[in-house]
Amino acid sequence: MTSEFAVELRDVVKRFITPEGNELNAVDHVTMQIKNGEFFSMLGSSGCGKTTSLRMVAGFEWPTEGEVYIEGKAMGHTPPFQRKVNTVFQNYALFQHLTVYQNLAFGLEMEGAKEDEIKKRVGNALEMVQLTGMDRRKPKQLSGGQQQRVALARALIKTPDVLLLDEPLGALDLKLRKEMQLELKALQQQLGITFIYVTHDQEEALTMSDRIAVMSKGRVQQMGTPVEVYERPANKFVADFIGESNFLEGKVKSISKKEASVFIPALNAELAATPISEGIVKGEDVVISVRPEKVRVAEKGAMNQNMFRGKVTNTVYIGADTHVFVELQGAKLKVWEQNRISRLDPKSFYAVGQDVWLMLMPENSLVLKKE
Amino acid sequence: MLQRLRENKSAQGTLLALPTTVWLFVLLIIPLILTLVVSFGRRNPDGNVIYDFTLDNYIRLFGYSTDCPDGQASCFDPIYVNILGRSLSLAFNTTMFVIALAYPLAYFIARSHPRRRNMYLFMVLIPLWTNFVIRVYAWMMLLRKEGAINIIIGWVMNALNIPFAPLEMLYTPGAVLVGMVYEFLPFMILPIYTSLEKIDNSLYEAAADLGANPFKTLLRVTLPLSMPGVVAGTILVFIPVMGTFIVSDILGGRQVILVGNLIQRQFLDARDPTFGSAASLILMVMTLIVTYFYTRKFGFGEEIVVA
Amino acid sequence: MNPYRRSPFVIAAAILVYFFLYAPIVGLILYSFNASRTNVTFEGFIPAFSENVVMDGSLVKSSPCGLFHWYCDLAKNDDVAEAAGNTLTIAITATIISTVIGTMAALALQRYNFKIKPFSQLSLYIPIVIPEIVMGIGILTLFSQFFGCANETFNLAGDARLSLGIATVTMSHIAFMVPFVTLVVQARLQGFDKSYEEAAMDLGANEWTTFRRVTFPMILPGIMSGALLAFTLSLDDFVITFFTNGPGSTTLPIYVYGLLRRIITPQVNALSTVWILVVFLAVLMLQILQNRESKSHS
Repeated sequence: MTSEFAVELRDVVKRFITPEGNELNAVDHVTMQIKNGEFFSMLGSSGCGKTTSLRMVAGFEWPTEGEVYIEGKAMGHTPPFQRKVNTVFQNYALFQHLTVYQNLAFGLEMEGAKEDEIKKRVGNALEMVQLTGMDRRKPKQLSGGQQQRVALARALIKTPDVLLLDEPLGALDLKLRKEMQLELKALQQQLGITFIYVTHDQEEALTMSDRIAVMSKGRVQQMGTPVEVYERPANKFVADFIGESNFLEGKVKSISKKEASVFIPALNAELAATPISEGIVKGEDVVISVRPEKVRVAEKGAMNQNMFRGKVTNTVYIGADTHVFVELQGAKLKVWEQNRISRLDPKSFYAVGQDVWLMLMPENSLVLKKE
Repeated sequence: MLQRLRENKSAQGTLLALPTTVWLFVLLIIPLILTLVVSFGRRNPDGNVIYDFTLDNYIRLFGYSTDCPDGQASCFDPIYVNILGRSLSLAFNTTMFVIALAYPLAYFIARSHPRRRNMYLFMVLIPLWTNFVIRVYAWMMLLRKEGAINIIIGWVMNALNIPFAPLEMLYTPGAVLVGMVYEFLPFMILPIYTSLEKIDNSLYEAAADLGANPFKTLLRVTLPLSMPGVVAGTILVFIPVMGTFIVSDILGGRQVILVGNLIQRQFLDARDPTFGSAASLILMVMTLIVTYFYTRKFGFGEEIVVA
Repeated sequence: MNPYRRSPFVIAAAILVYFFLYAPIVGLILYSFNASRTNVTFEGFIPAFSENVVMDGSLVKSSPCGLFHWYCDLAKNDDVAEAAGNTLTIAITATIISTVIGTMAALALQRYNFKIKPFSQLSLYIPIVIPEIVMGIGILTLFSQFFGCANETFNLAGDARLSLGIATVTMSHIAFMVPFVTLVVQARLQGFDKSYEEAAMDLGANEWTTFRRVTFPMILPGIMSGALLAFTLSLDDFVITFFTNGPGSTTLPIYVYGLLRRIITPQVNALSTVWILVVFLAVLMLQILQNRESKSHS
């Protein structure tokens, strides 16, 4: 391998003309460096530019500005068939007129491989995805999960440097999806190839990825490990998109590297918090993010810093947790309490209308830029 | 070179479309322009065209005549106007009858079990693929004085002891109408079927669920949703009926003369291509006007292609 | 509720319409066995076989082919053989050419943007919205003017003179067939997911290989139905052929039309019956093939 990075996007812009004739930056000055052997996810809702970014790596689209590098080489207008990356399509794009065997052999035939070799490699690939014996079926005769495996095998049989996956599990049901997530991750570790994975499912991204790029409106909002993007979201969008969070608006009273004090009008109190977003200054309007599972509830307490008295407005039992909704003066907070003790009536613990105390620990109260 | 073509999508598209576009331009558009040019010309005694700019042919078509009784210099002779009117009303009547016959059959096929639909459609295609001329001939045999229809009516009348003289059906406007309806019926069945087949069964169930009886469902759900098929079918029937001359030639004899016969005779018997060209342009303009207003009202569905 | 329930009125109407569609054809076939040469009334079937044809006035009493006398008569008719040959030559040539260029145009119109696109697309609707006779006389005028000019300019004489014939009929047929091919293929391409082609390119196939190995096989059913439609249009065409044929390029419809204006023997019915039978078998075969195709895909 000639480059430290398997794939690199440098200041890439992809501009489309909308049907109404307006210009739209589907990808807006994106820079990403994806390391060799990494499981890298692009996460975002539809229209955030993740699929377009992937398609530019595959070669189906060319950047309007900037450059895509694969193994350190600028791709320019290199067509897809001259790039050493392969794609698993969202709809699998299995050739319906060919059998499973012919689908897998297709890519090898394009390389001019000999028949013996094709036979051997197709056999191995089928074994890898546990579809031995299915080689003479047509794609339509397979289940969704099996089709997905064929699509995966068809791309991997080419031994690409980078495998691109465009929401490959989107069409599968929840249970199968969870199984495939683990299988894909295991496969990636076993093969050691770089995976670039596009998904809108944050749980999927957290489960599988080494690193995640959270995207919105054509821009990268944050790039980091699953722990980083969850525990240290770069801004309110990321905190909101990944997992759930309580947001409290406020104004910075004082700020240092390690701690900040923010006045929250809704609570009419100052809150000790941890600064996260970069470049926040004193007097700035910010937002405090507190994850619901990190809020502590107590029946008794005292009014002191970061501790607030409120009233339970609703509780929802969802098995592992109980979601408790608490009104604190002008703010509504959701709190997730783990059901650690087996009991029949969880409502007996926190009744609607009951007074409770909420503890927002400074290390769990993250100061984020407003946008 | 290859690299440049690969990146120039516009050039690729032009190259791919070029053969068809040139072919259609040379053999459809240039002929139309030529027809226009010829229609302003005069003919010499040999039947050849003298290029000129005269509106004589059009004036003659719309009734101006110099061949008058009572020694008048000019008079109104409605012969050609009548032919145009007769063609229009025949095309209109044919279309109406065809819709009336095609709709129930198309509905029957669309609402039959999917496994049997292909067979029923196949049964519509067979007569369609039997040659056009042969189909007219079949009706000629049926409608003759000695033909099967008269024979069967004769039997019935005989059994009822009613005196019966064979009917003169051939060489009447009615014969032409029946022939036209028969010729173009499949062209209406197929598009109506296509648009009916697209209607999801749950729509019928929803209509029933909301309290519509079968008749109301037909009127408020089925008919509106199948309009694209009716429109496409109308275009596929109305336009060719306007221009056909074999049906009237064989089933109408000298009695029923349509624009098509008029044009054909100018080119073959009377040898006046300039007058024939003018008549054919008027025919084209009439069909275009009807098509334009009709499709502007109802839209131009993709059903047109399926036949 | 049975979703395929139809009211008895609908069923009765359907039966009547089918009767209307088939009665003339059945009559046509019946008369092909008519003993009467004049074919005005049905005088019964030809009753017997014999070495030579035995006639009684205008009635055929016996024939070497017996009941099938008129079919044997037809087989001996060289004009029919020639017309059938012409019809097939024209239909096959025109179908091949119009399918190839029509498919190319469909790909261009569906996939690309180019300057003359609106013009190309619009010209496809000409044969649909303009009566055939208008096109027929237009093409006739074009050919006769062009041939007149060319013959005069180059002093062509005898066999070298350009005149109407198989070539002009074929060219004219292509002109009205191409739009139908293009529109049918275009409709099929509309539902074609581009990701199949992207997948092929992703796996290392260049544009041409992608077309040959993926796009073409996948749209082949659409191309085939376009070609089939074009072929039947050509076989069936009367009007355009009427105006563009010349000596030696008579097609079957033109030949039959010629007969209808003269004396009609049951030979015409025999010819029609053979035609119907051939069409029936061809359509049936195609249906079976299509059914098998769609079954193997599901």
